[in-house]
Formats: sequence, structure tokens, C-alpha cells
Amino acid sequence: MTTAKREISVIVNGLRHSVLVEPRMLLSDMLRQELGLTGTHVGCEHGVCGACTILLNGRSARSCLTLAVQADNAEIETVEGQGTIEDLGRAQRAFRDHHGLQCGFCTPGFIMTITDILRNHAPSSDDEIREALSGNICRCTGYEHIVDAVRELVREKEARP
Amino acid sequence: MSQVDASVELRPKLVGARVKRTEDPRLLSGNGRYVDDMTPKGTLHVALRRSDQPHAMIRAIDLGDVFDVPGVVAVFDATDLEGDLTPAIPTSKMKNYYATPIWPLARGKVRYVGEPVVAVVAESRYAAEDALEHITIDYEPLPFAIRQVDAVAPDAPLLHEEAGTNVIISREFQRGEVDEVFAQAPVTVRARFRMTRKTAVAMETRSYLAEWDRRKRALTLHSSTNIPGIIRDVLSGCLDLPGNRMRVVAPDVGGSFGGKGSLYHEELLVCVLARRLDRPVKFVSDRLEDLTATSQAFDELMDAELAVDEEGRLLGLRADVIGDIGAYSIYPWTGALEPVQVVSFLPGPYRMAAYHGRIRGVLTPKPPTGPYRGVGRPASTFAMERLIDMAARKLGLDPAEMRRRNLVNAEEFPYRTGSGIIWDRSAFQECLQAACDCADYPALLRERDEARNQGRWVGIGFASYAELTGIGSRIAVAPGMPINTGIETAKITIDATGAVTADFGISSHGQGLETTLAQVIADELGCRMEDIEVRHGDSALVPMGTGTYASRSAVLAGGAATKSSHVVKAKVLKAAAHLMKVPVEDLEASQGIVRSRSSNRSLNFKEIAHAVYAQMGRIPHDQREDLVAMESYDPYFGTACSSTHLAMVEIDPETYGVTVKRFVVAEDCGRIINPMIVDGQVQGAVAQGIGAALLEEVVHDDDGQCVTASLADYLVPVASVIPTIGIVHVEAELPGTIGGFRGMGEGGTIGAPAAIANAVSDALSPLGIEIDTLPVTPDRIFRLVEAARAANPTERTTA
Repeated sequence: MTTAKREISVIVNGLRHSVLVEPRMLLSDMLRQELGLTGTHVGCEHGVCGACTILLNGRSARSCLTLAVQADNAEIETVEGQGTIEDLGRAQRAFRDHHGLQCGFCTPGFIMTITDILRNHAPSSDDEIREALSGNICRCTGYEHIVDAVRELVREKEARP
Repeated sequence: MSQVDASVELRPKLVGARVKRTEDPRLLSGNGRYVDDMTPKGTLHVALRRSDQPHAMIRAIDLGDVFDVPGVVAVFDATDLEGDLTPAIPTSKMKNYYATPIWPLARGKVRYVGEPVVAVVAESRYAAEDALEHITIDYEPLPFAIRQVDAVAPDAPLLHEEAGTNVIISREFQRGEVDEVFAQAPVTVRARFRMTRKTAVAMETRSYLAEWDRRKRALTLHSSTNIPGIIRDVLSGCLDLPGNRMRVVAPDVGGSFGGKGSLYHEELLVCVLARRLDRPVKFVSDRLEDLTATSQAFDELMDAELAVDEEGRLLGLRADVIGDIGAYSIYPWTGALEPVQVVSFLPGPYRMAAYHGRIRGVLTPKPPTGPYRGVGRPASTFAMERLIDMAARKLGLDPAEMRRRNLVNAEEFPYRTGSGIIWDRSAFQECLQAACDCADYPALLRERDEARNQGRWVGIGFASYAELTGIGSRIAVAPGMPINTGIETAKITIDATGAVTADFGISSHGQGLETTLAQVIADELGCRMEDIEVRHGDSALVPMGTGTYASRSAVLAGGAATKSSHVVKAKVLKAAAHLMKVPVEDLEASQGIVRSRSSNRSLNFKEIAHAVYAQMGRIPHDQREDLVAMESYDPYFGTACSSTHLAMVEIDPETYGVTVKRFVVAEDCGRIINPMIVDGQVQGAVAQGIGAALLEEVVHDDDGQCVTASLADYLVPVASVIPTIGIVHVEAELPGTIGGFRGMGEGGTIGAPAAIANAVSDALSPLGIEIDTLPVTPDRIFRLVEAARAANPTERTTA
């Protein structure tokens, strides 16, 4: 197996990084281990749970099913780019207001999925919201408070001219 | 906390308020710190070669050219580690019990597919996994019995020869002449119920990092555990390190639900390897390992029979249960935790004179069973609530009325069940009524009947149950277990800057205890919530703390926090009385300010702390006390939490899929600290109960292989399968615990499977189908419907 490292260039949360990676390295591992962005979590490594969801060129993607080399020259957004402890982003605040998280492990993936939903899709009814969230597993909340948070974000977006 | 929530500032009392969680900002912004987020310089990574055999002798292990793989540092099997530790023994005072020893790696033989055999240590996980495929293990397969009915047979192949039997747990409960009751009973119903094997599926997989400090000859294990104190104590023995050189830290932990509440091979392993290699050693389980080598749950086969009179009054119950405990008895709970609770709780919240329950816990070549949300009671409630509905159907009685006639009434408390559990001050009847009111039961019945007239499969199901929570030292969480799980300690310190630090032995992993315990302290100490730092999940914080499990933390840690707060507050007021030169009775503390009632004088905690610690002569030298207290709380008996769940389901006649259309929970969890968090616990637990009822099943085939080893095979609920859950909080007379709190984190998982099983049975009642196995998958429903149609071809298959 060839493990010769390749240099790739990525923009993560607005900052450019040059990283030397093995061709087989997962994007999730690159973000966590090479860039120290441990907010992106790895829950299954087979694309089912959605904990590792990031935005790749503006669209949600499973970073555990993406090789780092596939992200060469790409623009990546992770949960760290959405807000800080002192100044949470809008979706993060909605999660806090509605108690949309308990252990917090799946939460970064949900935040990134919701960021994509709000930018690129228009779920309106609760059923549509639940369907849109059904690629992410949360084992703690039973989803209701997450749906409450997303409903608020959706209504807010709908109210904007 | 730099920002102050308006909700915090405006409330005179925080207990009872919807306070936003203090944990959230770090978790939401990607600043949580879970074990795998920590990689100290020089960390080595472990990958495990696990058994692919259910039962086999290890004849030889050939490492091949494993050291040619770049990055491989060392390889270990059990023989390499013999001198490094003694095994953990899950002891118990139970009669006829055999404690299977727990080692880091399989010794001599393997007993389940997934058991760790060889550990590769490398500079990266990638390298360690590369190395695994170079290792060849030569096994000699041994005979085995994979199903519990076969494993209990006297001539079944033995998994642990030293035990002399596979049945390492047996227990019976008996009250009254149950056989006579059945002989004379006008109506009896019986079935063989099966609650299949489940697993917790916390979103964070089990993760461990051990660091050896050679200067202090001390070991720190960072573990995704919810019982750091228990793990510290057992490791201290196994590794021969005193508690001041053996520390277990649970940082942010990504859920457990019980799956992270036992000692694991890999915790022993990384500790031994870190000490031996003098490097940090990390093991992070992948999802396949999590689904095949984390403790599993339930797996109960329950032959149960209920006798009732013509009015539907319960006369007697008898049950013979076989619990499949897997290949080892787990530490510290033992394999008895789950199955013994099944027969302990089987009589439920009902009045009933005669009971006979027998349980056998049997070893099979599968991963050990251990705690999982609800423990024992999801299975017992499933069986009992099904029997109640079956009896009601036989009598033509409404299932709500059937329960109303049999639930223990308030005036009968304290009531002792046939298994010896004492129910007291719990809203059994009120919860049933509240569930009916909230769901508008008469309207729901009309809706069901209309649907049934249209030929649709719609049904309604109830489940009423009670559980013991916040258990004190009178009752062992697991039978005969030698660890005292009935005490928790809180150490509260006001330091020289006036900041409040509260240390606990509990270990929050999603419950929001940093918030709720701060709410309690703010009220009881009279300080500001934002001045409190709650610390937990670290064995070094208090002398002994067993962790967060068994719905205990709000009750026990909340009680300890209250006691310690009162002691510290008394010290603060005494110091303030000296400083303000007023009698201590004249002072009150609130929001971090001590005020004199008779004058306008006040001092804040910061000023008082500064005077106590930093200024000479402000307080008479023989009166000065540190503003510290460490009190523990033992509720002795503990509390009960009770509930009625009501579900309405519809079954698709094309796909046989079940949709939960309505779900209501009416529960009595005593005084509520934070309603938002309580609702979240109910919703999350119900979702897991719905998973247990409709989706989740660990399947081992006849060869002993786990065939549900991915999240595409072991299905957990996603947002689109969970309905909105109606929640009614009923408050009966408060329990005698400090604060009046009851534990409530598990109940949803206890009631939901039974309620859904009853609703599905009701939906299929035109076909005469009674559900006896969970989950009720489309495949199972299809078979039941086909069998019913074949047995009765003229019967209309829809109403």
C-alpha cells in the first residue's frame, strides 16, 4: 500500500492550511488530528450517524466518508466556525434556548446539517424538519427539542423578506 | 460564565426554573473535551485483534512480520501481562454465584466474538490497525450453546469450567400459595415473552487514555466512564496503586445510558501499557467494536402467568425467567443486575397477594450484559403490562379500568410487593388518570374505532410502572454487590476571591448536572449561580463517589449539595456577623450578598471571603473558619418514581411498519429542579423505549457471530420515527428525601416498550394477535399476521 504523503491545501473556517497527509487519511481525522479542530466528532465511521458532518464547499458532507485528499483546494466549514463560547452562532443559540443537546457529542454534526438546511433547503412543517434531520442520530434528546430549535430558525428565516 | 442569563437574575429561587445549561456554550461551540480530543505528546495508540470465535482454545498466536509495519511499537497478548496486574473480580454475596475474573486480554481461551486477544501498540491508530492483519491466531473451536434455553441445560457445554455450570445466578421470590391461587382462579392468561438483546449506542464510543507520571509513580486514566470512582477503586487493587496515585477522570462524556457504567478490558489494558511503556496510551473503540464489545442489555426470556378474578382484580402471578448474561459477569454490577431486577419488579405497581418469580442467569458466548437505561424493568414491565391487557381483553374490560382497579391506592402506602419492594408516597392512580386526561382517552378510543371501521390497524396501549430511584444504602443497586452505592458527597468551598467551587463524586454525561446542582447550591447557599463552578467526574475530587447511574444523582448529589451548602452558609453568616457586628440571626444570604435585616448593612461573599482568608484581625483568631464543608448524603431507602405511558400506533398493511401517532407520559418525579432538563430526559428515554419496541435488536446467529455490527443493521430511532411526546408532571406527596427530588432519568425506557407492545396488540386484536416479542419489526408482524390468517382463513383480517 502506498502511504507516501501528499500536500494538500484547504480553507477551513476562512483560514488557509497546507497539510501533509497520507492519501488514505480521512478528512475527519485530518481536521481533528492535523488541525486540532476536535469539534468535529467521529461517531460511526460508516456514514450513518452524522456526528462528523461538516460543510464541504457549502454543502453538508460526512467527513468520515471523505478522504482528506478529496478536499484539496476545497472550502470547509466546521462547528468551530459557527460561533465561540462567548458568542454562539444563531443555530447554536437556538439549541441552547430549546435544550436541543444533552451529552453534546452529536451536536456539532446537527449544527452543520442545520446550517446547510437553512441555507439550501426550505423545510416548513415539523414532518419536513424531522425528515431533514433524519440523517443525524442523537441518542439523548429524543429529537423534540432539536425540532423546536430548528422550527424557530425556519420561522425566523421565513419571516425575512 | 461571563454572560448572565436574564432568567437567572430575575428568579428568586432557581430550583424549579427553566435555567439554561452552563454546559452548553462549550459543547455547542466545538469546545467540548471528550477523551479522544486529548492526545498528549508521545501518545501511543492501541488497536485490538478480537476473537472471531464464540468459544475456542487459543492454540498459538503468530505475529508474522508485524514489526515490519512502520510505526508499530509493541504487541501484547495475555501471557505478556500476567505479572502486571491482578484481575478484577465482580464479587457478590449472592448464593450459588460464580464471579468470572476480568483480565485485559483473553487468557487461554475466548468466550465471545469480539473479546480482545492481542493488543498492537503503534505511533498511530492507522499503523496499529495495519498491523492487525499480520497476526494469525490458531484457535481450536469448542462446543457452545448460543441460546439461553440451550445454555441452561445440564449437559450444555461449559463456558467457564471452574464454575461447574452455566447458570451462575439463581434467585426466587415467593409470597402466598401461588399454585393454589392459580388452581382456583376464574381467569388466567400466560405467555412466553421475549425482550431481545439491546445495546446502549452512546454516540461517543468507549474511549480511554492512560498517562503514567514517572516522577510521582502515578497513573491517570481519562475514561469515557460514568463511574470514575468505582473504576479508580478497582484499578487501585488490580494495579496495586493507592488512590492518591491512581486517578480516574471522566471529562466530557458523550452519553452512556449504562453502556459506559462498568469496568472494561480496555481500561485495564491502557493502564497496564502506559505504566509499562512509560508513554501515554490511548484506545478509542470504533463503532463495530462498540456494537460487539460494549455491554449489552436485557435478553430475557420470561414465561409468565397471571391469575385474576371476574372483576379483573389481580390474584397471583408466577414467572420463570432466563436471563442471558453473556460470557462474563460484569464489574461491579455482576450479571445479576439485569435479570434479578426483572423478577424483583415484575409485580409492578399493583396490589396482588400471591407471587412466585424465579430467575436463572446463564452464561452464553456473547458480550456481557450490563446496565442499560431502565435495567430489568423494561422487560418486567413489558411482560406484566401485556398480561394485564391480555386479562382485560379476556374479561372484556377496558385496559385503563383494569389498571385503575389494581394500582395501589394512596391510602395503602407503604405497600410491600410480592418480591419485597416497598412502594410509598407515589402517584400511581393519579398518573393513570393524568395520562387519560392529557390524551383525551375517550376521544382517542373513538378515533381508533373509526379507523378500525375503515379497516385500518390502529391501536391504543397503556403501560403503568414504578421504579426505585435515588436508592440509599439500605438497598444494593445490584443484589449482593459489596459496593455502597447509597451515598454521595459534596465538597463546597468558597475561596479567598469569593468564588464557589462545588466538587462531587457523580459524573454527569448529558444530564446537565453542572446546571441543576448549581441551581440547588445557589438557592441553599444564597450565592449567585454564575459564581459556582461545579466539578465532577474526577476520582480526586472527593474521597469516594461512585458516579452517575440508577437515576440517583439529583437525589443523592442534590441532597449532599444541600447539606454542604447549609454548613458553608452558616460559616459565611457567622463571619459576616463578626464583620458587621450584628447577631447572626439578623443576617440573611441571597444572590451572593449577606444583608442585615435590622440595618441597611450588607457585605457580599467576595468581601466576606477576603476578610476571612486574607485580612488579619478582622475576625477573632479563635473564631475564624475556612468557608468549606464536605457533607455526604444517604437517603437510606430512596424514592420511587412512577408513571403511566399511553401510546397510539398505526400499522401499515402494506409494509407492516408501525407508526407511533400519539405518545403521552404522565409521571411523578417529585420536586423538579429544572423542567426543561426533566422534559429532555423523558423525551430521550421514551425515544430509546420506542427504539427497543420497534427497531433495536442485537442478533447473534447460530455460529455465535453478531450480525448487527453496524448502525445500518442495529437501528436506532432517527427524528422522523419519534412523535411529539406529551408530558404531564404529577406531584404526589413529596418523598422524604432532602429537597423532595425523585430520580427520573430512566423511566421513559421502562414504559414505552410495554405501551407500544400493547398498542400494537390492540391494533391487531381483530386478528387475535398478542405481541410477545420485542422489537415488533415489520418482519415479525408479517409473520404473526400470516399465521393468524392461516389459522383462521374466514376471519376478516381487518375490522
